[in-house]
Amino acid sequence: MVHGELWTVKEFFVYPNEYIYWSIQIVMYPFMTGLVAGAFVLSSLYHVFGIKQLKDIARFSLVFSFALLPVAMMPLMLHLQQPLRNYEVMATPHFTSAIAAFGIVFSTYAMIVASELWFVYRKHFVETALSLGRKTHKGPVEFFRYLLFSALTLGAYDVSGEALHKDEKAVKVLAGVGIPVACFLHGYAGFIFGSVKANALWMTPLMPVIFICSAVVSGIALCMLTYILTMEIRKFIVGWKRKRYPTLSSQEESQIKSVEAHVVNITSRYLLMFMILAITLELLDLIFRGYTAVKSWDILRNLIYGKDFTNIFILQYGLGNLLPFILFLLPRLTIKRAALGSMLMLMGVFMMRWNVVIGGQSFSSSFAGFMHYHLPLIPHDLETLKEGLVGALAVGAMPFILFWILAKIFPLFGEEKSS
Amino acid sequence: MITRRDFCKKTMLVAGGLSLPLAALEIFDPKKLLAEKADKARVRWVFLVDTHKCVGCGFCVKACKLENELPLEANVARTWVERYVVTRDGRIYADTPNAGRDGFTNDKIALGLGKYQQVKKENIEKAFFVPKLCNQCENPPCVQVCPVGATYQTPDGVVLVDRSWCIGCGYCVMACPYGMRFFHPQYRVVDKCNFCYHRISNGMKTACMDACPFGARRIGNIKDPGDPVTKIIMRERVGVLKDEYGTKPQVYYLGLSKEVK
Repeated sequence: MVHGELWTVKEFFVYPNEYIYWSIQIVMYPFMTGLVAGAFVLSSLYHVFGIKQLKDIARFSLVFSFALLPVAMMPLMLHLQQPLRNYEVMATPHFTSAIAAFGIVFSTYAMIVASELWFVYRKHFVETALSLGRKTHKGPVEFFRYLLFSALTLGAYDVSGEALHKDEKAVKVLAGVGIPVACFLHGYAGFIFGSVKANALWMTPLMPVIFICSAVVSGIALCMLTYILTMEIRKFIVGWKRKRYPTLSSQEESQIKSVEAHVVNITSRYLLMFMILAITLELLDLIFRGYTAVKSWDILRNLIYGKDFTNIFILQYGLGNLLPFILFLLPRLTIKRAALGSMLMLMGVFMMRWNVVIGGQSFSSSFAGFMHYHLPLIPHDLETLKEGLVGALAVGAMPFILFWILAKIFPLFGEEKSS
Repeated sequence: MITRRDFCKKTMLVAGGLSLPLAALEIFDPKKLLAEKADKARVRWVFLVDTHKCVGCGFCVKACKLENELPLEANVARTWVERYVVTRDGRIYADTPNAGRDGFTNDKIALGLGKYQQVKKENIEKAFFVPKLCNQCENPPCVQVCPVGATYQTPDGVVLVDRSWCIGCGYCVMACPYGMRFFHPQYRVVDKCNFCYHRISNGMKTACMDACPFGARRIGNIKDPGDPVTKIIMRERVGVLKDEYGTKPQVYYLGLSKEVK
């Protein structure tokens, strides 16, 4: 069987070689890079623009952005037909291609996030390494931690007020440089699609901007959701401890609650702002296509208002945009409603990616036929494992696993405890 | 102690000394050497399809698959034949069952999803066949988008794929407006029509051209004014497919109709 044949069903006149070649993993790719960029932008809002209310979520989203980074590459690797040749993109880049610069843009961004993270957590590394170093009897775990944190300090043990002030400055600069690079990383993913002149649905100069805006939306929504989940777990742990030792005060629990509500409230405002921007651009694109009605509009209209109506207007715009919009705008925002709203928004952005990637391949270049995509649910060979539901879920679960591991090195709520 | 004058002198000496060997690199640019030899780049392969002569037998599709080691049963093709049927009420039907490999022996038109449309003979206004193959564009979007340079254009205009280099990202497949590219079921890299480059470079004709009993397919060198194909392209009224994409396609069609997709 030819690649793509398994999950493609053709209707009416489709050229013989046309299949849905870019499947679920290429839907995951812009979704994941979008989350990376969005999480970073959220953390930069505090570091660069000094929005103090976001201080608590800024560290959190920076670590999350770092956890998402390696995962953004995973879908590409799973999608390549010759994954072992992946290094050729870096080794022999062909710069007229929009994909060729991926390695460079991606690694630049990775270095910025990594170094920003280092400056933010340098004090913690030094303190941990020193306190572990002072211990005379170290267990194997402690010894490993000592080695790890000593290595992470990179030999810079100076934590005087002056040095820390310099760190802060460096964080600010890196976060400032990081915003355009993060936008570039994701706008670039939009450019990969928007510059394909052979695809009538993809080709629009608005594509990179639309991608950036929806990226920020999804990134903020995911950070908020994960933040709420983490806070709930913390609350649960504190409550459980109090049950066992009733003498403990309830101060910590109420403190977590108030911090959580405050952060969620502020973050949701930024979320709404970026969402309005994203939808405006998407609708502009749609209206423009309908108004200019070039040759491809006949088939696109059929696709948008017919075949993909549920995906676009019900799942993406209705449940994914309008409903969370109302949920966030209604007065007295509760944590539960915010969690539900962010989940719906994430779904909306995912559907947007789906409708672009799969929708763009759902019609033939002949403009006279359609292709239907059937996602392989149960894997029965390598291809259906990689480019099926299992592969997509693996990519989706990966950042959380990495986040959990990273949270052991980079304490998410460290500063709060010391203050 | 080095003086300023000495420093400047030595700097110029080093810069001059370095630029000499660098200039040698420029002198021995192999591309320029090749171009200066002139006789080699006097070829630009083009193709001429006379749709009036095509009867939709599908011999070309079969011959192509055999020549280029593409399994007959694989549902992809380097070249294919399309059938167009236009009815009196202006409806356009088009199909290419199995890429036209077995000819068009059935008068039912395939609609996909296992459905067929029977068009009554008396309702048919016109019907014709159109063979398709890679247009070997002068401005190939597939070459532009390849992230590793595995697909490239030869000096005589043919676009080739390096099977040992292709990473299989599929970006070129997306970039081709003609749907010419696909993944080879065995090699798992991108494959496409290359005008049987191994044959034409050795003075032979393409496999599809040899297989065509009616002379509907012809290859020629547009840079040779004496070439019969060039003469037809220059003198007759020929058309190309989808020139609105700015790809400058180099497969010319005689008798192209507006219904052709």
